[in-house]
Amino acid sequence: MATLEQTQDVQVKEGVDQETVDAVREVGGKYKYGWETDIEMDYAPKGLTPDIVRLISERNEEPEWMTEWRLAAYERWLTKEEPDWAMVDYPEIDFQDQYYYARPKSMEVKPKSLDEVDPKLLATYEKLGIPLKEQMILAGVEGADEAPAEGRKVAVDAVFDSVSVGTTFQKELKEAGVIFCSISEAIKEHPELVKKYLGSVVPVSDNFYATLNSAVFSDGSFVYVPPGVRCPMELSTYFRINAENTGQFERTLIIADKGSYVSYLEGCTAPQRDTSQLHAAVVEIIIEEDAEVKYSTVQNWYPGDENGKGGIYNFVTKRADCRGDRAKVMWTQVETGSAVTWKYPSCILRGDDSQGEFYSIAITNNHQQADTGTKMIHLGKNTKSRIVSKGISAGFAQNTYRGLVSMHPKAKNSRNYTQCDSLLIGDKCGAHTVPYIEVKNNSSRVEHEATTSKVDDEQMFYCRQRGMDEEEAVALIVNGFAKEVLQALPMEFAMEAQQLVAISLEGSVG
Amino acid sequence: MALDDRKLNATEERLAAMTVPDVGCTKTARQSALARVRAMGLPARRDEYWKFTRPDTLVQPEAPKAAVFASDEAWVFDAIDRLKIVFVDGVFNADLSDDLTLEGVEIDRLEDVCCQDNHWAEDFYGTLEANSHDPVERPLAALNTAFAGDGVTIRVTGKPSKPISLIYTHESETSDVFLHHVVRVESGAEATILENGPAAARFNKCFEIDIADGGTLHHIRAQGRDHERRAAAHMFARLGKESVYKSFTLTVNGVLTRNETVIELTGDDAVAHVAGACLGDGDFHHDDTVFITHDAVNCESRQVFKKVLRNGATGVFQGKILVKPGAQKTDGYQISQSLLLDDDSQFLAKPELEIYADDVACSHGSTSGAIDEDALFYLRARGVPKDIATDLLTLAFLAEAVDEIENEEIADEINGRLEGWLERRRG
Repeated sequence: MATLEQTQDVQVKEGVDQETVDAVREVGGKYKYGWETDIEMDYAPKGLTPDIVRLISERNEEPEWMTEWRLAAYERWLTKEEPDWAMVDYPEIDFQDQYYYARPKSMEVKPKSLDEVDPKLLATYEKLGIPLKEQMILAGVEGADEAPAEGRKVAVDAVFDSVSVGTTFQKELKEAGVIFCSISEAIKEHPELVKKYLGSVVPVSDNFYATLNSAVFSDGSFVYVPPGVRCPMELSTYFRINAENTGQFERTLIIADKGSYVSYLEGCTAPQRDTSQLHAAVVEIIIEEDAEVKYSTVQNWYPGDENGKGGIYNFVTKRADCRGDRAKVMWTQVETGSAVTWKYPSCILRGDDSQGEFYSIAITNNHQQADTGTKMIHLGKNTKSRIVSKGISAGFAQNTYRGLVSMHPKAKNSRNYTQCDSLLIGDKCGAHTVPYIEVKNNSSRVEHEATTSKVDDEQMFYCRQRGMDEEEAVALIVNGFAKEVLQALPMEFAMEAQQLVAISLEGSVG
Repeated sequence: MALDDRKLNATEERLAAMTVPDVGCTKTARQSALARVRAMGLPARRDEYWKFTRPDTLVQPEAPKAAVFASDEAWVFDAIDRLKIVFVDGVFNADLSDDLTLEGVEIDRLEDVCCQDNHWAEDFYGTLEANSHDPVERPLAALNTAFAGDGVTIRVTGKPSKPISLIYTHESETSDVFLHHVVRVESGAEATILENGPAAARFNKCFEIDIADGGTLHHIRAQGRDHERRAAAHMFARLGKESVYKSFTLTVNGVLTRNETVIELTGDDAVAHVAGACLGDGDFHHDDTVFITHDAVNCESRQVFKKVLRNGATGVFQGKILVKPGAQKTDGYQISQSLLLDDDSQFLAKPELEIYADDVACSHGSTSGAIDEDALFYLRARGVPKDIATDLLTLAFLAEAVDEIENEEIADEINGRLEGWLERRRG
């Protein structure tokens, strides 16, 4: 890892914690998931045409309305331009030089249960530490043995290239009334829900990549939690790209009906290859009155090698719509992978008293580029949002926080607090902050600040009163920043969290 | 990228209505500025850099009419001993101006630059503007370089005993004015420049300031109070080693104001402070767009912007600190705050950082909200009527920006004005 050693040689700024440097180096070190599964694949022809769109729809055995929906999206996509405003730079993508559909041959006839799934596929997930057997405890999670049985159950939907391999705990979830299946299955089994909600949060024409996804999405997860139900276990989708020159376009739709609760986890990895691969997902979340959704992501796509060769282009549209009063959503993301990230999980706070939270750690190394952040759109009264974003850049990487906080005229008495910090390790990388703030009523309060500059006076007073000198107090308040984000991660991500816990933003640049 | 048709047409329509003044020695600079305008196109509604401010009325061929504001109050800075340079609807007026000789400074009219051999400003005119278009384009400034009808060149060689005061009066309802000033502060020299007045129905002003090593410039402006005036002002400054530039802008009325400040810290240990206070009431749109580039070691920059808005006023702040690779030990600070006195007013902000050096401290903060109810209650409980209490808190809110003015006499003048205006408004 030539670059990493170079990073080591670079005089790290005084005040930057050595543990942080080591942890970032560890994260940016050898990619652990870069191996490939040797499995016979079934590809659709290269390129994107209406026929390919029809073919994807056909393979998924979709009804006519869905095919039409996709074709309309394809027509829209032809009229759209690729966005160029993000601070990322990559060679032009040839959208005709990609496979849009790839599935393992053994998945031609969909297995009825996990027992029938190709052992090679099961072995793939096993190697990744993803439990596809219902009795299995999570691999590698410290303390999982002592945890109560209820607490360690995680239902998993495993997506391999373009298809869902299987979904665990379906029966148990069904008993609770929760629907958790692949989106292709939901289109067939629950068309009324899909018709009602698909594209209602991220419209087909939302942006170039969302439109592309609407035309060609192959699989993904579907969740419906009925009124008043607290989902009995964590739900999780694990995305694996395996095939070469293949784009992955997954679609996730989560509906939390009145008074329900669900926690959803997402993980992703891909083999190590010299050519870049495209991943353009859309996630839509609908949260009704008094419902709550937690969405956590550990994004670990292949980031490319130390010279910036290969890696995943991660162009993702994620949005949650708090439709009902007192609805609540929490996005937590740990972004360590991908060559290029373009991702802004957003919250539409439509219901009165609804709440949106966004916690993010983005670590870029070598030649990685990340342009990520959130949008908090306050429409309802007394809505609250909180944004905590930590960006760390090392090597030759560029890391940008881009966000919007918008208080509409009717969003009276609303509140936003944003805190962004960035840390640079070495002098060849960059850290950038691009917040947009729009306040259109006067009873709302919006604050954006970089904590290094301003430590809360009251916290400071509290610490000083207890005999700490100023320096100690600042250290206590300002350090351990990353922990705020990590604490928001579910236990299933404890491994990743442990790796990052040493990171502090001491010595941050702004 | 080729311009879209709409933008191209709007640009050509405007250019067709204008002629480049025949000022011999600046001809080349003007021609290349005109070429820049054609290449960039004038700002349009969908431009990212104009996201929060509609440029239409600044671009259209005819300046929208603006009534001259009648007021019995004395002009800002009238009480201060200064050297006056007066422009009436954008034309220098020798009768109203003082004699332009003052020890430690050389002042010329822009058109006189060409009468002198090797005038220092000859090669300088338009250079900072020309360099300012990457990464964001500023076509209205290029338009100014091409078409500026008047202006002054100021070369500070020593420490003049009094401030140099540029006064812009507005007499015609349809005046459409371009002024371009060029300033050079020589090594170790120090001066204060004051500006005030509404200038015109539509005013496009460009200031190019070059501060040599160890030079210092204080720049205080009070933008005119005519309700219906429109202005787009560009302030370009390049700072040498250990030089200092401190500016403060007070804006009270005006239907549209766009103030762009573009500063480049090119010498080590340079210091740039940019501050602004604005009181917006009613049909008022005020945009502060600041771009500070750190391109040297151990420089300090500070942006402090405060806006009080009511009755449907809009305040905009777009600020950026760019720290170039190698600009280590940069200390960058940026704060933008708005006080919204009612639900009809709005604050739109984009406080940006772009950092390519690891040993720096850049902080930016932005807040927006209503008046502090606790503070209001405190004052009212002590018998202060609500409107006076609100004004007191408004002044306190603006104080952080006004405090950026080092000269106490000038700071008092600005504070006195603010108090007076609030008092008049209360009636």
